[in-house]
Amino acid sequence: MSDQKRIVITGMGWVTPLGHDLETVWSRLTNGESGIARIDRFQAESFPTNFAAQVRDYDYNQYVNEPSVHATAGDHTRFALGAARQAWDQSCLSAYGDLDRRRVGIYLGAGEGVLDIDRYSKTNLASWDETAGAVDAVKWIEAAHEYMDPWLEIEQEPNMPAAHIAREYGLRGPVYNCLTACAASTQAIGEATSMLKRGDADVMVSGGTHTMLHVLGVTGFSRLTALSTRNDDYKSAARPFDRTRDGFVMGEGSGIVILETLDHAQQRGAQPLAEIIGYGSSADAYRITDMHPEGEGPGGAIAQALDQAGIDPHALDDDGLPLIHYISAHGTGTKENDAIETRAVKKVFGENASRIPISSIKSMMGHLIAAAGAVEMITCVMAIRNQMIPPTLNLHHPDPDLDLDYVPNESRQIKVETCLSNSFGFGGQNDTVIVTRFQE
Amino acid sequence: MQRSVVITGLGPINAFGLGIDPLWNALLEGKSAIGPIQRFDPGGFECKVAAELSDDLYSVKKIVPRSHRKAIKVMCRDIELAVGAAKAAIDDAGIITRGIDSDAPPTIDPSRFGCQIGAGLISADVDELTEALFTSRNGSGEFDLNKWGTTGMKNLTPLWLLKYLPNMLACHVTIVHDCRGPSNTITCCEASCGLSLGESMRVIERGGADACLSGGTEYKLNPMAYYRQQCTKRLAKTSDGDDPARVVRPFDPEAGGTVLGEGGGLLVLEAEDTARSRGARIQAKISGFAATQSFCEDTVGIASTDDGESISDAIAAALTQSGLKVDDIDAIVPFGSGIPSVDNAEANAIRNIFDDRASSIPLITTIPNVGNCNAGNGAISFCVAVKCLTEQTLPARINTENADRLDANACAPREAKLHHILVTSTSQGGQNTAAILSRMDS
Repeated sequence: MSDQKRIVITGMGWVTPLGHDLETVWSRLTNGESGIARIDRFQAESFPTNFAAQVRDYDYNQYVNEPSVHATAGDHTRFALGAARQAWDQSCLSAYGDLDRRRVGIYLGAGEGVLDIDRYSKTNLASWDETAGAVDAVKWIEAAHEYMDPWLEIEQEPNMPAAHIAREYGLRGPVYNCLTACAASTQAIGEATSMLKRGDADVMVSGGTHTMLHVLGVTGFSRLTALSTRNDDYKSAARPFDRTRDGFVMGEGSGIVILETLDHAQQRGAQPLAEIIGYGSSADAYRITDMHPEGEGPGGAIAQALDQAGIDPHALDDDGLPLIHYISAHGTGTKENDAIETRAVKKVFGENASRIPISSIKSMMGHLIAAAGAVEMITCVMAIRNQMIPPTLNLHHPDPDLDLDYVPNESRQIKVETCLSNSFGFGGQNDTVIVTRFQE
Repeated sequence: MQRSVVITGLGPINAFGLGIDPLWNALLEGKSAIGPIQRFDPGGFECKVAAELSDDLYSVKKIVPRSHRKAIKVMCRDIELAVGAAKAAIDDAGIITRGIDSDAPPTIDPSRFGCQIGAGLISADVDELTEALFTSRNGSGEFDLNKWGTTGMKNLTPLWLLKYLPNMLACHVTIVHDCRGPSNTITCCEASCGLSLGESMRVIERGGADACLSGGTEYKLNPMAYYRQQCTKRLAKTSDGDDPARVVRPFDPEAGGTVLGEGGGLLVLEAEDTARSRGARIQAKISGFAATQSFCEDTVGIASTDDGESISDAIAAALTQSGLKVDDIDAIVPFGSGIPSVDNAEANAIRNIFDDRASSIPLITTIPNVGNCNAGNGAISFCVAVKCLTEQTLPARINTENADRLDANACAPREAKLHHILVTSTSQGGQNTAAILSRMDS
């Protein structure tokens, strides 16, 4: 019963290392441009990895009505406000006089705020008791009063981007934030879709936002040896599916979409950009640091999403093509992810797997962590609207174990009607969504 | 027909210990676990008391299966609490998982077992991190990024980051119990458990799982996390002579703020059909759930500025969904934090919805007893509500003396006919939830 409601996308926006509007970023993706450069957000020269894909030349002020309301917002919130404005404007919801903001909710997969290492280290070092091997809490709070900024700290909780968006647009419906590492914004979009089907809201603002391009974020991933360390050759360091891949490259940014029941969209005369027809979610329940070697979790999420979409992974259409025309890979560029993702896709699609182009835009804009999935789903919609798929950049050394069509280095003009987007989180959460061209 | 969702297992964890019995018994006796903070010297902080769970009452080492014992060293406190809560909930539900007995067949198909856990921003252990930062000082004693990048960061254990990602609570819990269904981590401060419960319900309704662990846990009793709480000005200010047990007074005109606790809990939610076919002891049914967002002038939602209107909206929507009338609700577990602006918003919502009955419908409060467990708080509320339904008893209330036109003053425990209990939560950030839990024969 609840599955009968159709859910469409009526607005999209993103703030990424390749730009801050739909068309610019899309043209740079399809031109195979890279947003990766030396980190200049902080002094990172001596770090094991000193490059990343930063959002540049971005000013959130133009995207909000009253900048003073958001003056204390952290970078991730500012990215989200820009992406949300683009999506909101494209949806034309403001022009709909009957919009009931109690029926508009938010479901983000947003990350935590940025810890200010300068203030934090001053506070901690001033109160460190070397003999005890602990901070002196009485001195610590004195130092905190001197060095820290209360508003900066309040803005750290991961529900702050959603709170700012709610305030900006006066939204009063159900509001969620989930944080399942790199899977978060795909999961947010999937669950937002499920809420719309259930009737919990008519419209959901969904997607994600994140930056971990700060001292402790880069430190954390460096210690996990998850990052590429190709400091001498950073421009081509992001090499998903390449035999010489040595880790992912960090990115940052936000992708926001407006999701809506088809009934609501049609009632107000909105033109859907695409329809979401499938969502799958699973957990590996395997190990804290590793994915299941057979890719059972990712395979399960992909299979569930196909099942919900009513798509037979082994079928061919009248043109002899599989029913999924493009897969936006999680494709981080770590040895493990790319091998296991390939295995999962092959397991689910069988002989069709090698007929489906699959690429990773992380090769160009880095890994947006919690925001990656939303940006990649928007990429899928752009692919459908432009009949074009973006490449996997820096793929010059085929890996004998990875034998799918990864769209190396050059974008491709092909028939794209239905796309699948994968996101797998550190910690074992796997999420997949399927989008298709909207048809009456 | 949508599948009906029931509660079959309770796993609260808090300063009284692990499991429903220590919590319920303490509430019946009107005990408070709030005392002077032991974990660090709180002398310089405004609120010097909290409800801490001592090592005597809970040790994660004792409950983790051998296969997962090595992982304890990458568990922050929030994770330890979640792992304990999961064990208690699963035991209470009478189900076998890999974590309970790895040789026995699991009661619930692992691919049909989901997990929605509420978590907060986890602050890295200050001592662990500072010890590493201390190695990277320059000549003037200041933190030196160049040194940090070259050598300093190596003083952090390679898995350091994984201790503090909010989704690692669910990661450990799903590994221990082999839950391979949808797994999510909801991070909306004090509304996290309410939202998790709503999501678990939705996942089961849509057929995405037959059972889910649902709830949340949080620990904010280290200087950094605690300072962030102090910044919100929601904590009570205490002085040396104060009786810690008397500090939190929800809905009292004298209320001066809240006090933190550590913990939360997890519940086992199941589809009624599959729960019945396995012969489960069904403790309560979820009749309705809704969520809303408050308008917050301050944007970050320290206080809502809509006079409880959005809380009313959530309650009204949950009632509509349940098909129940206002008069069917027998008791309410509000957030009841003792934060004056939040208490006022909740009181307004209750008066708005329940009208003449607002002054006579019993409110059940837990924060005076176990503190505000932040992202874990709602799980305490849910566990207590379920226990009230199964015991047909309202626990004692403490501290509040002059609640304005609300049944919230201190009182002894009492028997009561309880069919439907409303549980609400409202968060820093403005999220509100309302759930209606019902006795099975109602």
